[in-house]
Amino acid sequence: MLPLPSSFMGSKPSHTSPVDMKIRSCLSAILLFLFFSASSSEQNVRTERISGSAGDVLEDNPVGKLKVYVYELPSKYNKKLLQKDPRCLTHMFAAEIFMHRFLLSSPVRTRNPDEADWFYTPIYPTCDLTPTGLPLPFKSPRMMRSAIQLISSNWPYWNRTEGADHFFVVPHDFGACFHYQEEKAIERGILPLLQRATLVQTFGQRNHVCLDEGSITIPPFAPPQKMQAHFIPPDIPRSIFVYFRGLFYDVNNDPEGGYYARGARAAVWENFKNNPLFDISTDHPTTYYEDMQRAIFCLCPLGWAPWSPRLVEAVVFGCIPVIIADDIVLPFADAIPWEEIGVFVAEKDVPELDTILTSIPTEVILRKQRLLANPSMKRAMLFPQPAQPGDAFHQILNGLARKLPHDKSIYLKAGGKELNWTAGPVGDLKPW
Amino acid sequence: MKLSALHQSYLNRRSNSFRSPTSLDSSVDGSGKSLIAVFWLILHCLCCLISLVLGFRFSRLVFFFLFSTSSTNLYSAPFRPDLPVKHLDVHTIGRNLDPGANGTVAMATATKSSRVVVGRHGIRIRPWPHPNPVEVMKAHGIIERVQKEQKTIFGMKSSKMVIAVTPTYVRTFQALHLTGVVHSLMLVPYDVVWIVVEAGGATNETGLIIAKSGLRTIHVGIDQRMPNTWEDRSKLEVFMRLQALRVVREEKLDGIVMFADDSNMHSMEFFDEIQNVKWFGTVSVGILAHSGNAEEMVMSMDKRKEMEKEEEEESSSLPVQGPACNSTDQLIGWHIFNTLPYAGKSAVYIDDVAAVLPQKLEWSGFVLNSRLLWEEAENKPEWVKDFGSLNENEGVESPLSLLKDPSMVEPLGSCGRQVLLWWLRVEARADSKFPPGWIIDPPLEITVAAKRTPWPDVPPEPPTKKKDQMPLSQGNTVVVIPKQQQHATKIRKPKRRSKKNKHEPRPTDTTTQVYSSSSKHQERN
Repeated sequence: MLPLPSSFMGSKPSHTSPVDMKIRSCLSAILLFLFFSASSSEQNVRTERISGSAGDVLEDNPVGKLKVYVYELPSKYNKKLLQKDPRCLTHMFAAEIFMHRFLLSSPVRTRNPDEADWFYTPIYPTCDLTPTGLPLPFKSPRMMRSAIQLISSNWPYWNRTEGADHFFVVPHDFGACFHYQEEKAIERGILPLLQRATLVQTFGQRNHVCLDEGSITIPPFAPPQKMQAHFIPPDIPRSIFVYFRGLFYDVNNDPEGGYYARGARAAVWENFKNNPLFDISTDHPTTYYEDMQRAIFCLCPLGWAPWSPRLVEAVVFGCIPVIIADDIVLPFADAIPWEEIGVFVAEKDVPELDTILTSIPTEVILRKQRLLANPSMKRAMLFPQPAQPGDAFHQILNGLARKLPHDKSIYLKAGGKELNWTAGPVGDLKPW
Repeated sequence: MKLSALHQSYLNRRSNSFRSPTSLDSSVDGSGKSLIAVFWLILHCLCCLISLVLGFRFSRLVFFFLFSTSSTNLYSAPFRPDLPVKHLDVHTIGRNLDPGANGTVAMATATKSSRVVVGRHGIRIRPWPHPNPVEVMKAHGIIERVQKEQKTIFGMKSSKMVIAVTPTYVRTFQALHLTGVVHSLMLVPYDVVWIVVEAGGATNETGLIIAKSGLRTIHVGIDQRMPNTWEDRSKLEVFMRLQALRVVREEKLDGIVMFADDSNMHSMEFFDEIQNVKWFGTVSVGILAHSGNAEEMVMSMDKRKEMEKEEEEESSSLPVQGPACNSTDQLIGWHIFNTLPYAGKSAVYIDDVAAVLPQKLEWSGFVLNSRLLWEEAENKPEWVKDFGSLNENEGVESPLSLLKDPSMVEPLGSCGRQVLLWWLRVEARADSKFPPGWIIDPPLEITVAAKRTPWPDVPPEPPTKKKDQMPLSQGNTVVVIPKQQQHATKIRKPKRRSKKNKHEPRPTDTTTQVYSSSSKHQERN
């Protein structure tokens, strides 16, 4: 606070001394305020913190809030599958394997099942791969059933609640419906034995049979080291307006078109193949990650399932995701405000995609980019090895912690049974 | 066979759909559903048989012709798994279809299933699937704004103005060289002030070229004319540059002064690099000391290769002028162009056919903060001489004469390892003439009659008669020949449309003969 010279006040300082003091204090308050706001605004200029109840949650630390007990299953349910086919570690369903490894060494793990809040079954249902690397879900229901029979007979905790305090990681196309074709998946529904358990899955679509209300949606696995190896300096100007690489028509499974992606990807191609603002093609360039970092919008349309690793890639590389999937439930939707970060386009509005994207005000676009630049956003989408604070593993634990404490009603009375062990297709009842 | 394969796939897909209605529409009224189901089953079988006979799915055509409305509404109803697939069409469909009514009924009763329907959907294409220019412009505006934001966050914090100093004079190659500088300066992403000093007075010729740049220019003329020898020319250029520096001092221009000689070539990284200079910097300049004689060039290259083979230990003479640094990136001296190989063979007069050699240290390799030239500037270092009291008669060879201590110069471009600009001197013959402003205003001074006129339709005109006519007519001056060819092809245009391949004319009629000769002429040129 500088002493203001009397000449500053003007003439006759002696008469106006009380006013003088008031003015001085006001000015000094203003100066102080400006000083503090200037120092704090400098940090906000580069990235914007996702403030508010939704965004702060990303930085919660789950340690101390919950305890997880990991069942010890024979290795035929996990390690042997991985030994048979190590490709399971790199495909987009690898979250189930890494979650197991994370939990084994995490501080939330407890060896005493009586004090555990949640129970985890280390089973890799998505590790049965075809020669080309696609997972076959046909044996998964049987494998799951056999695992649950094992835990219910060897430990009392399953029967206590019929699985209501157990959680399973099912990252396959349609989650616990265990089929890659949507119609068949809907027909099967969620595996009857898992209906009381909490499912941690990548699939999420509102009002869909395969999404249970209490499920936690997670991002698909994308290899963090591979992505980090392709970072380019952030001052390289973003010159691509819209970017997409992938199939528009799946000629092998849907030769006539209209089935794959509900016709949305084909609509994107037919409407915008001539548009120079849209850099879209089916090529597999080696500079895919670098190109995403040079694009402003990255399309994330649905495919056979509404989710895709493109969302993770777009968030990591700072490209605003344009999500074209009706009623999709995005990962960690209760922690990440996706409407503020991405652009949602209804499938019926795809022909007007260019109008929609160009009519977004520039300020909104810049704000979305600032939110994307937030490192906690990027961390929350990845499954790094070893685990780091704020990554997807911790967000899953946060989600599980938010569901605590368990309602008393999940504990069944002695001898009570809610699940029907013989429900489902006959083929599922065969032992595995 | 294609027919059966199509039909097979058709049946397979449809057999899938029959399984799903059991789960979806469990709550629909039973009796009503069975009637409708029977009706659709019969219709479905009928369509199957007809498709089998015809060999393609005819139902699409039926619906296309029966129900197609105007193409403005391209929405097609989504496929419901319990209904046959007939009503789907890729492009146009009407909203008032029977299945649509059924669809809404079924949707209202199926509570658990999502609003999003599984199955085949139409591919929506708008009537004019091409970019809208207004939107393209908006998108470019967005891109620019995003890039500006990126620059402010990650790039340069504040950029200084670039003050370019160019000595020039009117001659044949002036337009060639100066246009290069114009384009380089137009590409510079920072503010530019261009001081052009012209020998022989400020002329309109130069003024027109520099005005096209759209940059802020200061055009200064000095009365002396450019001399004819390279040595005198470089001395006058030094004088002209000092004049420009005086302008900087008087106008108190604030920025970074660089010397853009009109025949030099600058890279854009050069302008980015010089923003890093604090007071006085130097960069490496690539010297392109060529001789006009190509054969001699090749001979000298061979000779140099032989020499290099003999003395492999000795470093070959790098044609680069710039700072020399020690291993800790401190300036220890300068690399100077080695003139020994060219001893006695260098050009003396401006139009000599020999190698043009640079001075020991070219001005273009130095950049300085304009505040060094001001009379009074805060924080001006002591190792700089006062520019106002510079005595030119003492011989100012390089900008180092402006400094008391040349070791304080900052080496730029990773200590001279990057060559950011190239020095070249190329001039035309002394007696070469060029049209003023490079605009061909008739009449041309030199006209040469074409010896052969291969176009029989166009009568050869004597040159003298056509002095007052526009060159587009059939004169046979040297310059006009391409226009004549254009004229000839203009007449032939309607006939030529039938031909597909331009370069394979068939000698069937005279018209094609004319064209073939003109194309041959083109190739010859």
